[in-house]
Amino acid sequence: MRGSISQGETSMVMTVAETAPRTLDGLPAELLLDMYYAMLRARRLDERCWLLHRQGKIAFHISGMGHEAAQIGIAFAMRRGEDHFLPYYRDLAMVLACGLTSLDVMLGVFGKKDDPSSGGRQMPEHFSLRSKNIYSVSSPVATQVPQAAGVALAEKLKGGDRVAVTCLGEGSTNQGDFHEALTWAGVHQLPLIVVVENNGYAISVPMVQEMAILHVSDRAGAYGVRGVTVDGLDPIATYKAAKESIDIARAGRGATLFEVRVVRLTPHSSDDDDTTYRSKEDKVTLKASDPLPKFREHLMQAGILTDQQDTEFGAKAMAEVDYAHQTAEAAPYPDVEWGAGPVYAP
Amino acid sequence: MSEKTLIEAIREAMDEELARNSEVFITGEDVGPRGGVFRATLGLFAKYGPTRIIDSPLAELSIVAVGIGAAMNGLRPICEIQFADFIQPAYNQIVNEAARIYYRTGGTFTVPMVIRAPYGGGIGGGLYHSQSIEATYSHVPGLKVVIPSNPYDAKGLLKSAIRDNNPVLFLEAKKGYRLIKGEVPEGDYTVPIGPANVTREGTDLTVYAYGMMHFYCQQAAEEVGKEGISVELVDLRTLNPLDKDTVLNSFKKTGKALIVYEDNRFLGYGAEIAAILADEGFNYMDAPIMRLAGPDVPGVPYSHPLQDWFMPGPKKIADAMRKLAAY
Ligand SMILES: Cc1ncc(C[n+]2csc(CCOP(=O)(O)OP(=O)(O)O)c2C)c(N)n1
Ligand SMILES: [Mg+2]
Repeated sequence: MRGSISQGETSMVMTVAETAPRTLDGLPAELLLDMYYAMLRARRLDERCWLLHRQGKIAFHISGMGHEAAQIGIAFAMRRGEDHFLPYYRDLAMVLACGLTSLDVMLGVFGKKDDPSSGGRQMPEHFSLRSKNIYSVSSPVATQVPQAAGVALAEKLKGGDRVAVTCLGEGSTNQGDFHEALTWAGVHQLPLIVVVENNGYAISVPMVQEMAILHVSDRAGAYGVRGVTVDGLDPIATYKAAKESIDIARAGRGATLFEVRVVRLTPHSSDDDDTTYRSKEDKVTLKASDPLPKFREHLMQAGILTDQQDTEFGAKAMAEVDYAHQTAEAAPYPDVEWGAGPVYAP
Repeated sequence: MSEKTLIEAIREAMDEELARNSEVFITGEDVGPRGGVFRATLGLFAKYGPTRIIDSPLAELSIVAVGIGAAMNGLRPICEIQFADFIQPAYNQIVNEAARIYYRTGGTFTVPMVIRAPYGGGIGGGLYHSQSIEATYSHVPGLKVVIPSNPYDAKGLLKSAIRDNNPVLFLEAKKGYRLIKGEVPEGDYTVPIGPANVTREGTDLTVYAYGMMHFYCQQAAEEVGKEGISVELVDLRTLNPLDKDTVLNSFKKTGKALIVYEDNRFLGYGAEIAAILADEGFNYMDAPIMRLAGPDVPGVPYSHPLQDWFMPGPKKIADAMRKLAAY
């Protein structure tokens, strides 16, 4: 972790009577297990979507595999479902953690009537859920970032204590939207976290072709906001750094440009073939960086997760995904009149 | 009731809405202590303070985007774009975002915001301080486009726009800011977004116009009236959604249509009116549908004679009325 972030609270309160450790790296075991399950479930759902695409059952999928640790670390540091969240298309794990269900996602993937994001109007992974303050994903990249500044400005003007969290990829930080948003964030010390999920590629274009700096967070100083870079393959480190940034924002002490270094384990989307720009060797390295088995190992070594528990988690996630898949596939499509509107709010 | 200019009516609408609803705030370039470059927000900073009247960075994209975010989070922003010519950096945020969010979320999110922008030529503004942008934006479903032609409507329509739950692009004829005067009642009233207004009854031909051109059309109609030509004048007021009934009803009566707009002619707003009349009013048609508009050049040129050449005005409009009446 770079920047001025401190290591946060490290109270290791253990009850002597219990054999299993109750904390790890200063975090309670229950929280860590919840985080692990959230990562695991997102992965299983993501994998199922790929399968459905390969079977020709859905037109498109874009994946968050490799980003889960970062997303879950940040999501769990939020007041989930209350704090404002303006996601981007890779945020499957994070929207699930903030309140969309697996079934909600599947209804969207199949373009079904009861898709709560848009009623089947938008492409898959264009998430939204009003009741949980999950705002609407758009396709033009980075448009959500200045909107998040507006959400945060409104929160400040209203005297509320919710923060706004928004995410985008590192390539998308080249859009003017990003720079204008950070200008507002700095000038008004907004309660805003701009999360950059840096996976090193914008589709096929590598980071060196995208910007002449090593860390996206280096851009923060130019706007008068905090800049932080975190290992996004480590959910615990991400959680702690995110918690600190969110606490600062909530206390009215300003915005953070929060860069998480992650890997994109898949091609850009179901329409991409990454063998044209990533070598076989790169892919082997990538696989070794997968945050999910790493976190599992970490929890097991600490004695927080057992084999049996992991098997149960796996079965539970699969059951949830199966149910979501089958229910969504059988669910009705929207009536064609739904295409016609309403276009205007009453 | 007292006589006010167009810009005074606009200011009064904002003042009253700021007082009436704490969710309303204004942002844009120089809107604060300066009161806007055209003085639309004059005095409002002193009255409402820096949390209601917020000078923005010089960045149009985010003036609109911040407005969208604030609107989705429960406020009612009025975003001022200093000149309509400079709205284009925000095109993506207006067209892909503000206009589409209600539809794309199945109605769960709304974007109640107003984007105000002075438009139009005739003030020596050259290519980039004279543009008319209404056709481009009227093409966009989900966005409402309003252009008042007089102070009474300006106040009432702006109040409606601020209270509307959709994004509204509110275009103000800058040439008319101080030139166009009219009676404006004190206190609260609204003019609904949607209905067009027949501002002059006539029998020989119908003229369709809005904003500054409507003002000139009134003068021209007066002029040709003395020659016995009876002009019916329809002030469209809301360009999207359009009041097709009023458009067609007047055509039914006169059978002749002249559409006047200062935007360049090709694919301008008048083209849609002409198409509607041809599609749905063919049985009433007594003459070719006529358009008087700006020429198809990349902007209003600066030099005085060039500007005059570009701009439709009372004389050119009166000539077009005579020609159509004689058909
Ligand atoms: C304005 C805009 N231009 C181009 C695209 C097509 N596009 C979609 S994602 C993408 C790459 C984004 O890369 P990055 O921001 O690094 O995010 P990542 O996909 O790697 O998570 C591109 C070029 C788009 N959606 N929007
Ligand atoms: Mg990337």
